[in-house]
Amino acid sequence: MTDFNIELANISKNFGRRQIFRNLDFTLKTGQIYGIAGHNGAGKSTLVKIIAGVLTPNKGKLNWVKNGIALESEKYCDYLGYAAPYLILYDEFTAIENLHFLSGLRGNSPDNEYILRLLDEFKLGDRKDELLKGYSSGMKQRMKIISALADHPAVLIADEPVSNLDAEGKSSVYKALLENSNERITIIASNEQSDLDLCSEIISVENYKV
Amino acid sequence: MKMSIRPLALFKKDWQSEIRTRYAINALAMFILVTISVILFSIGDEKITEYLSGGLLWVVIFFSAMSGLSRAFVSEEERGTTLTLQLSAPPSSIFTGKLLFNLLLVFLMNFVITFLYITLFDSFIVKNYSLFLFAIVLGNIGISVSSTIIAAIISKAGSKGTLYPVLSFPILLPLILTLLELTKFAIDGDTIAGSFVELAVLVCYDVIMLAASYMLFDFVWKD
Repeated sequence: MTDFNIELANISKNFGRRQIFRNLDFTLKTGQIYGIAGHNGAGKSTLVKIIAGVLTPNKGKLNWVKNGIALESEKYCDYLGYAAPYLILYDEFTAIENLHFLSGLRGNSPDNEYILRLLDEFKLGDRKDELLKGYSSGMKQRMKIISALADHPAVLIADEPVSNLDAEGKSSVYKALLENSNERITIIASNEQSDLDLCSEIISVENYKV
Repeated sequence: MKMSIRPLALFKKDWQSEIRTRYAINALAMFILVTISVILFSIGDEKITEYLSGGLLWVVIFFSAMSGLSRAFVSEEERGTTLTLQLSAPPSSIFTGKLLFNLLLVFLMNFVITFLYITLFDSFIVKNYSLFLFAIVLGNIGISVSSTIIAAIISKAGSKGTLYPVLSFPILLPLILTLLELTKFAIDGDTIAGSFVELAVLVCYDVIMLAASYMLFDFVWKD
């Protein structure tokens, strides 16, 4: 099993003169499910984007460490699965085409067997060849979770993973987040208590405000 | 291995998306038809010089490129899929994939323009086709590289439509001027050896723009 750590050292982020959080300092380890909590607008999504390497903090250092060696930020996407309501997939492609494209973009050959299993588990198996523009918002959210899981990521970030989902969809997401969670770092950013109940440790963004 | 799969996956996606949505191809095709028709109507029965017809060829190519090539990044920004790309591949792979797609579009576009031009304009007579071919190929590469990085820059801006030609003009000017000179040489029937300096300028332009684009793209692509 790959030993993966994500180290955040004194991370601070401002948007203009507004400080979102400051001096965030913690290490995320493989096998754990971390919850990032905070009210609406507290900076949960900002924090997960910083952890994913797509937002730069104003202060502090982010390190992804694999087997004791710090990775270059360009390599983060090799190990990352990311699902969020604001992440958009391609409406002019089918579910299968989207998943194959994203696997290719991550530099992987698609694991078709696993992809089909995930589509079935998320009740999208019979609509896998339909264009995404015909999907409802809940179906699109399921697709985002599937695309995040499809390449067996070492780091899985799920920002508001159950938004737009019905009860059946929620239980599919929770099952998928828990499955194989001992082999990866799982980060859930949410203010839903049922999401945070899955987590072994909760980081509240509110604790890092001025 | 991953470095080669990623740009190809993006190129394939862009091509399939273009076939289904026809954003860039329709814009390019309409622009080519309209500009060539306008030039033909405005010339009427007049006889224009060979040099002027060569110059007009590059005017059509420049403005056609301006009408369709910005789609590479603007379409991602408009659909909100930029973050999906940022999270899935490193910037260099994204730029390579988009560049491959723009190269294909520019080669297709310039093939159609040149074919129509040679067919419809009697005064456009090229005496040295190999020199003209060299100029077109090196020019296409230059236009593709420049338009791809400019498209990436303007995709983040508010007034994308106006900014693209405004930013492109000074960057493409040295390329277009050299291409005009080489087209004149090709019309005159000059040899490739005799046009070495202009060809070297084109190669240098392509190499410098390519290197500068890869260095700049990291900054453009991230927040």
